[in-house]
Amino acid sequence: MSDEYAIDVRGLNKHFGDKHVVKDVGLQVRRGEIFGFLGPNGSGKTTTIRMLCGLLKPDAGSGTCLGYDIRRDSARIKRHVGYMTQKFSYWDDLTIRENLDFVARMYGMPDRLEAVDRTLKGLGLMERANQMTGALSGGWKQRLALAACKLHDPELLLLDEPTAGVDPGARRDFWEELHRLSAAGISVLVSTHYMDEAERCHKLAYIAYGSLLAQGTSQEVIAAQGLITWAIYGGNLAGLSETLQKLPGVEQTVLFGAMLHVSGRDGDLLERTLRATAAGAAFRMEKVDTNLEDVFIYKMKQSADQNGIGT
Amino acid sequence: MSPLDGFSLSRWWSLVLKEFLQLRRDRLTFAMIVGIPIVQLALFGYAINTDPKHMPTAIIGADHSEMTRTMIATMKTSGYFDIVGELPDEEAGRAALARGEVQFVLNIPAGFTRRVLRGERPALLVEADATDPMATGMALASVNQLARSVATKDLTGPLAFLAGGQAPFEVRVHRLYNPEGITRYNIVPGLMGVILTMTMVLMTGLAITRERERGTMENLLAMPAKPIEVMTGKIVPYIAIGLIQSTIIILAARFAFRVPFAGSAVTLYLAVLLFVAANLTVGITMSSLAQSQLQAMQMTMFYFLPNILLSGFMFPFQGMPAWARFIGNLLPLTYFNRLTRGIFLKGNGWWDLWPDIWPLMVFTVVVMAIAVTFYRRTLD
Repeated sequence: MSDEYAIDVRGLNKHFGDKHVVKDVGLQVRRGEIFGFLGPNGSGKTTTIRMLCGLLKPDAGSGTCLGYDIRRDSARIKRHVGYMTQKFSYWDDLTIRENLDFVARMYGMPDRLEAVDRTLKGLGLMERANQMTGALSGGWKQRLALAACKLHDPELLLLDEPTAGVDPGARRDFWEELHRLSAAGISVLVSTHYMDEAERCHKLAYIAYGSLLAQGTSQEVIAAQGLITWAIYGGNLAGLSETLQKLPGVEQTVLFGAMLHVSGRDGDLLERTLRATAAGAAFRMEKVDTNLEDVFIYKMKQSADQNGIGT
Repeated sequence: MSPLDGFSLSRWWSLVLKEFLQLRRDRLTFAMIVGIPIVQLALFGYAINTDPKHMPTAIIGADHSEMTRTMIATMKTSGYFDIVGELPDEEAGRAALARGEVQFVLNIPAGFTRRVLRGERPALLVEADATDPMATGMALASVNQLARSVATKDLTGPLAFLAGGQAPFEVRVHRLYNPEGITRYNIVPGLMGVILTMTMVLMTGLAITRERERGTMENLLAMPAKPIEVMTGKIVPYIAIGLIQSTIIILAARFAFRVPFAGSAVTLYLAVLLFVAANLTVGITMSSLAQSQLQAMQMTMFYFLPNILLSGFMFPFQGMPAWARFIGNLLPLTYFNRLTRGIFLKGNGWWDLWPDIWPLMVFTVVVMAIAVTFYRRTLD
């Protein structure tokens, strides 16, 4: 079992004071898989990741990370896991080389200097190795952080919103790198807010208000909701969206610029409503595949209703 | 003038309001605004006394007579001397002075009264721990009046002839450890503890909160480093800094200020190490409590103030009221001041220093326990 899963945890719970921030979360991440961890801000993603790498002790729940017990073996887990924090967490007042050298020393790497040189070359930062890390731009800091957290050849990377605030080109490079690592057998758990990134993952989990709402491949996650979605173009879409929300069969409307997605579980009822309301020359409509964003907005609203929180 | 380029009162007022809102939320700053004046008022107004009274005095006296009783009673009524007990001989008197148990020893030689009555004008010896000239100055001045007042009270009737003319006996004063009453002999060794307190507490406090403030602590803890390694690894450099600072002060004391050095350098460095350890535990505790470097600085200020005022560094310890001495006795600097002055000026060895060493050890252990408890909590 430990060979099959990089992460296999069940029933994780964590309280901070009287706030229950992680509720019965279970995750199964296969080796070599890129696993996307999605959810709104404050949903418990970071707390879950911290429990996985042994920074926090779960109040309840158990499981293994790389085959090591997350409660008892946190020291061994840390050795084989690379954790990239949400906020850049290397030392601004050390040079790039000093930072990497420090990391290599912390992991007691036998061929330390060589590993540091290799990483610097891989980053293309050889010439800037003696610059202060604080002088790097956001994109470079992100690349350095990824390089530093995989310096000790970890088997599993835990990346907490690694691409937040990074430009699209750097994001694309970053994901190409993740797929290369994955092909080399390294497992990756990556949290993100971006739907295009979610679709690049082999598997996904969606968490909101501390509870895991969905887990599987993106197709599985979408199919599990049984939502039928229509796209509507043209006219006053904002006005139409408001009208439709009150009508039978319409469970959700999402405006994507020049396109309105209208979703519901009862396909026939939804179609009748749409034909009666939005038919005519002003609007064009077609049935489309429900996408991840539709599903996540839907799930979040459901969860908010259950938690008694208005949306 | 358009409203955009003039000074806008409402805009200005909204800035003032925002500042007040933030100040009110920043509890530590708020505490400083209110707390510092109150603490300063209490300390300067009630605790500090540059004319200290009620200083512990021991008596070596083989001679018990009406006259010596009057003499002791007169000393008591002067307010400067509290008689704390009798000692068997001069050696015990010196030891009590060295350990700082007493400030004065009154030595009444055997047959004193008889010799006074014979008109031989015998001498009475008052030995004083003059390390801090401020503490002993006024008291010793009052001693000179002693002979005169005893004479007018006891030498009456047929003995009245002894009271007239010259004083019936002589009071000799020995100012030990700092016979010339040079203030810097007292201040410079004391400064060592003050500087170490400031840097040790502040530097460790900042070093650890800086990691937390910048988010690098999480990274450190996600690496295989154990919390004990992180904590001790961050602190050792400051122990080295403490030793360097001490060396600078010792050298300056010796060669620039010509402070006598009667004790052993090894003893002094061991005392410094113990004191550094005590201060580091305080720094670690503060760094666990403080959310930011600013808060760590503010907490250090709070800690520093009583240390400077109540430890006997600036003002005589014995001159403070009991409550202030009680607070002073909780501060490591109080003991370290006695240690450095004891080693520098009195040449004290381990036996004499022990009364001020064990409290430092207890302090270190207790605060370390607190530090570890808080430190653990901050990880979770």
